[in-house]
Amino acid sequence: MTEDIAPENYVYKQVRSIQFNILSPKMIKKMASAKIVTPELYDKEGYPVDGGLMDVRLGVIDPGLKCKTCGSKLKECVGHFGYISLARPIIHVNFVKTILDLLRCTCRECSRILLPQDALDRYNEEIQFSVRETGSEGSRKKIKELVKKARGQGKCPHCKSGQYKVNIEKPTTFLENEKRISPIEIRTRLEKITDEDASLLGLNPEAARPEWMVLTVLPIPPVTMRPSITLETGERSEDDLTHKLGDIVRINQRLFENINAGAPEIIIEDLWDLLQYHITTFFDNSLAQLPPARHRSGEPLKTLTERIKSKEGRIRHNLTGKRTNFSARTVISPDPMLKINEVGVPSVIAEKLTVPERVTGWNIEYLKGFVKNGPKKYPGANYIIRPDGKKKKLTEETIEQSLEELQPGYIVERHLMDGDIAIFNRQPSLHRVSMMCHRIVVLPYKTLRLNPAVCHPYNADFDGDEMNLHIPQTEEARTEAEMLMMVQTQLTSPRYGLSIIGCTQDAISGNYLLTKDMIFSRSEAGDLLTSIGVMDFSKLGNKETLTGKEIFSVLLPDDFNFVGRSRACRKCETCLKEKCKNDAYVLIRKGRLISGVMDKANLGEGQGLMLRNLHKKYGEDFAVDMLGRLFKLGVEVLMKRGFTISISDLDITEEARLEVEQLIADAEGRVNELIDEYRKGELEALPGRSLRETLEVRIMEVLNRTRGDAGKVISKHTDKATNLTVMIQSGARGSSINQAQMTGCVGQQALRGKRIEKGYSKRTLSCFIKGNLNPEAHGFIRSTFKGGLKPHEFFFQSMVGRDSLMDTALRTPKSGYLYRRLANSLQDLKVEYDGTVRDAGRRIIQFKYGEDGVDVSKSEGGAVNVERIIANKS
Amino acid sequence: MTKERDYETRLPEKLAKEIRRILPSSASKKKISEIAGEVYREYKDMKVEPGEAVGIVAAESIGEPGTQMTLNTFHFAGVTEMNVTLGLPRIIEILDGRRLITTPTMEIYLKKEYNDKEKVRGVALSIKEAHLSEVTSEFSINIPEAKIEVKLDRGKMGELKISESVLLKALKRVGKTISVDIKDDLLIFKIKKGKEEKGISEVYRIKEKLKATHISGVKGIPHVLPVKKEREYIILTAGSNLKKVLELKEVDATRAVTNDIFEIESTLGIEAARQAIINEVFKVIENQGLNIDIRHIMLVADTMCVNGRVKGITRYGVVRDKASTLARASFETPINHIFDASLKGEVDNLNSVIENVMLNQPVPIGTGLPGLVTKVRDA
Repeated sequence: MTEDIAPENYVYKQVRSIQFNILSPKMIKKMASAKIVTPELYDKEGYPVDGGLMDVRLGVIDPGLKCKTCGSKLKECVGHFGYISLARPIIHVNFVKTILDLLRCTCRECSRILLPQDALDRYNEEIQFSVRETGSEGSRKKIKELVKKARGQGKCPHCKSGQYKVNIEKPTTFLENEKRISPIEIRTRLEKITDEDASLLGLNPEAARPEWMVLTVLPIPPVTMRPSITLETGERSEDDLTHKLGDIVRINQRLFENINAGAPEIIIEDLWDLLQYHITTFFDNSLAQLPPARHRSGEPLKTLTERIKSKEGRIRHNLTGKRTNFSARTVISPDPMLKINEVGVPSVIAEKLTVPERVTGWNIEYLKGFVKNGPKKYPGANYIIRPDGKKKKLTEETIEQSLEELQPGYIVERHLMDGDIAIFNRQPSLHRVSMMCHRIVVLPYKTLRLNPAVCHPYNADFDGDEMNLHIPQTEEARTEAEMLMMVQTQLTSPRYGLSIIGCTQDAISGNYLLTKDMIFSRSEAGDLLTSIGVMDFSKLGNKETLTGKEIFSVLLPDDFNFVGRSRACRKCETCLKEKCKNDAYVLIRKGRLISGVMDKANLGEGQGLMLRNLHKKYGEDFAVDMLGRLFKLGVEVLMKRGFTISISDLDITEEARLEVEQLIADAEGRVNELIDEYRKGELEALPGRSLRETLEVRIMEVLNRTRGDAGKVISKHTDKATNLTVMIQSGARGSSINQAQMTGCVGQQALRGKRIEKGYSKRTLSCFIKGNLNPEAHGFIRSTFKGGLKPHEFFFQSMVGRDSLMDTALRTPKSGYLYRRLANSLQDLKVEYDGTVRDAGRRIIQFKYGEDGVDVSKSEGGAVNVERIIANKS
Repeated sequence: MTKERDYETRLPEKLAKEIRRILPSSASKKKISEIAGEVYREYKDMKVEPGEAVGIVAAESIGEPGTQMTLNTFHFAGVTEMNVTLGLPRIIEILDGRRLITTPTMEIYLKKEYNDKEKVRGVALSIKEAHLSEVTSEFSINIPEAKIEVKLDRGKMGELKISESVLLKALKRVGKTISVDIKDDLLIFKIKKGKEEKGISEVYRIKEKLKATHISGVKGIPHVLPVKKEREYIILTAGSNLKKVLELKEVDATRAVTNDIFEIESTLGIEAARQAIINEVFKVIENQGLNIDIRHIMLVADTMCVNGRVKGITRYGVVRDKASTLARASFETPINHIFDASLKGEVDNLNSVIENVMLNQPVPIGTGLPGLVTKVRDA
């Protein structure tokens, strides 16, 4: 771990570039520190055999041993390669395709490309040109073209020798004229290919000489990348790679012996093939043409390729996926008393996670206080780090001693305290507001707590969701988090440029009720304001009774002016302004709410107009504070007033019930008419549709309209004072459709945009007559949720419910993959200092970001709000 | 030029226009310039900062609402309109850069002189692709004589405005082995005896081929639907063939549009294709009631089109063109990418984000971008 290394020993170096080459035999030998000659692993004492696969020169995996090559201990030694020389050359599977291309388009005698010199010169020029013009893509195409042209030539234009057809028998056998070409032959042919020809064929001869694709020596990976595990029984269990390498070394030895003993060709061939098989599966054990090498238990071995690829492979799992210390995770719960940019951290966590603070002459007494408390008493410290980088754990016994030795230069890892910086995150982290910076408040109990207003960006709820907390450990990280990731800097969504944090649910209905028609006595008003932390009552004046609007105004700054509309606005032809019947004209003059009710249109996320204006005018810090106060106010109002919905909220008048029933009856009558017309053949087909389809479309039209109409009747007749309507009208929760479904009629259930048609032949359920086209038989639910559904209605509703459940289950991975692809291909795009958007290869993608250079997260819905500026100026 | 005028010229055109639009025409010059100055100040505040990771923001902005989109394809809300793929599948289709889309459609606007109900119907029918089977009522086969007799449907022919001569001309193109004759309402096809004996199956094969013979209309457009859109009659089609439709004299070529991006690319060029991608993606997002800023979509469209050809956001498209080996390898099929890189001796200069993540180094984006230059005292 990095903190074990003293600052003096930090390596301040950066990798500039990485080059990819093929290892040449020379290189393999050069980088190897041991030649492996025996398949044995350990001797009788259990000590690694010299020249075996676990040779101590290849690195250490046992505690206590020292590496023979570099002299360092376990975990310090990164391991060293070894090599074996192969008795016979072996084809490298992953290069088979390239070797085939090379064999096909070069001469079997002189190894020149099978095209006349002038054609080669021309291609050379063209490839150079296309590299300049289009980069790798153009040259890739040209090379393909050349390969296609050169292969299948009957005669070499250079040495005039006849050519044969080269084929491949997968995975690694090459055939010429139906006869096998031995790897030795292949290697000699590849050796003869000139550097010029190789580069014409898309190889870089400095990085990849063709003959290097046929192995003569095999590098042995260091033991550190294939450590053996010691089981409880004391037995050693070797890594898959070691097993495979053992096979390779064993067969290689036997091949050597047989060759030296002058064994018959057929035996040598067999061994050679076996060696080829082992080396092939060592590289890739999931080839379609080869039976995978298996353990004794029958489970396939995981060899090199399987280690690297796929989600669980080295690249995506270990290299791109990072793990971290100084993090916590638990269940979350709401706490509207927290500020929006705060996070409540359980004391258990606060005592475990730490913040490093460097001791100086000025803070030594302050830090000694933590050390004195030790790890058990809050606020204490868990570790102190000496200037030489040695980390010392604080325990009851070491406190005294540590206190004494503490001096400037030491680092104290103290417990979390109120006001510390933390990064808070909920998965899936789909956008940048899924990870924001909060200030810590240490609280009792065992959940992480957040203000419900920030649920929306995290997409969190409290049905058991868990969230993660990270504590940045350096001053740079903290500053960056604070300046760029703090909640108040993220008020505007980078997706659409409108508020992403606003009042939700109870906060909206509370403020709605407050500003609508509530009246308070002076003492009640004082009570309310005090409970949200407002102590300055000067704005209330001397009045004895106060309206909700006046109380709301107390929160507003005195120079704030605002004109807006609430959701109740009917967009009348001539606006009555302040005298609006619905109280929908929101007017704030000099910090006083004169008319209008506060609802989602002004306080909520998305539009949240009043909030946006406050944000623009007074800045982000004020805006979060304000939001926090508004939120608390709404919740407090509801606490004082009481808020619940009951079954009786769903009662409708007899009159309304009859009206709805009439509506349904009318619709059914209309549908029956349509069916009659259809049966008589009088129905006129819509263009491009059959008669049956036309009927369905027309019926759907009628029935869908019915629920909408029923909804209108319901909302006309319902009691405006019920809490249900309050929620709907303020926009806090629920819609008039929900209400209509509960009280009026559930309506048509649509499956894939059509009425329900599945089930038995010619009918949906066995309780209907065959061929019945009535609404009832095809998923129209005339009951209400309150009144209860009939069995067939219930069944239809479940069908639609199940379908939507499936839809969600199928959609999630699809959209996840789309997201991964988008993120992967766009992640390097950034705005350069010259205002252009470029990718990592410095290619210009856009000359000016978004054609006008506007950052969506700083804009207002992606533009400058000219209207607001003009309104403010006049 | 005065300083005040300056602001207006420095603003993007659209903003300048908007100021003029909203302000009453009576507004004084001073007022206008004052407002323009204020707008300009806000506009400047909204500019992106260098180093901003606009790519990942765009990816997030499109990827995040993906979970909220519907998977099913619904037809348009209106009753009479065509079936069109929408929602997530359509977005995936566009961004994949798929050459064959599930529901190609066109929206054909007509020149003014054809803008009435009857004429539109006529044009629509002339666009609709008609096969022989649609203007005939009966196919009968005479096996011993290797003859196919087809009964014509005169009514249908009249409806589709297909004359005998047009029909014969189209049928002549079918093949040299078949001769065509017309006798009253009967089309008679004779199969010329070739060198080898033609079996029954051959006759059947020819019958099927004849059925599918294209007689009139635009190839690739099996359905048309004239509808009224606002004050105009337009033709919606299932199937798309932009090139042929643009050639028709009745069509307003400046407005006819298809949803097939590759067709637009091949007929109108890469810039048009870029715009088509933006329009198509935006259409879906709007339809789903989501809110995504157009800039994000533009960036994706630009990435897909930088090379001069439309490329999908896949391992065969945009990702393959990345300069960095490790960035490619970290996406999909890492083995292939690494081996290819080794053959070419590729050098990865660690310019992109992902390699630096792999190596635990600062990424060259955002706050990782600026370097600090300082004088180091010699020790």
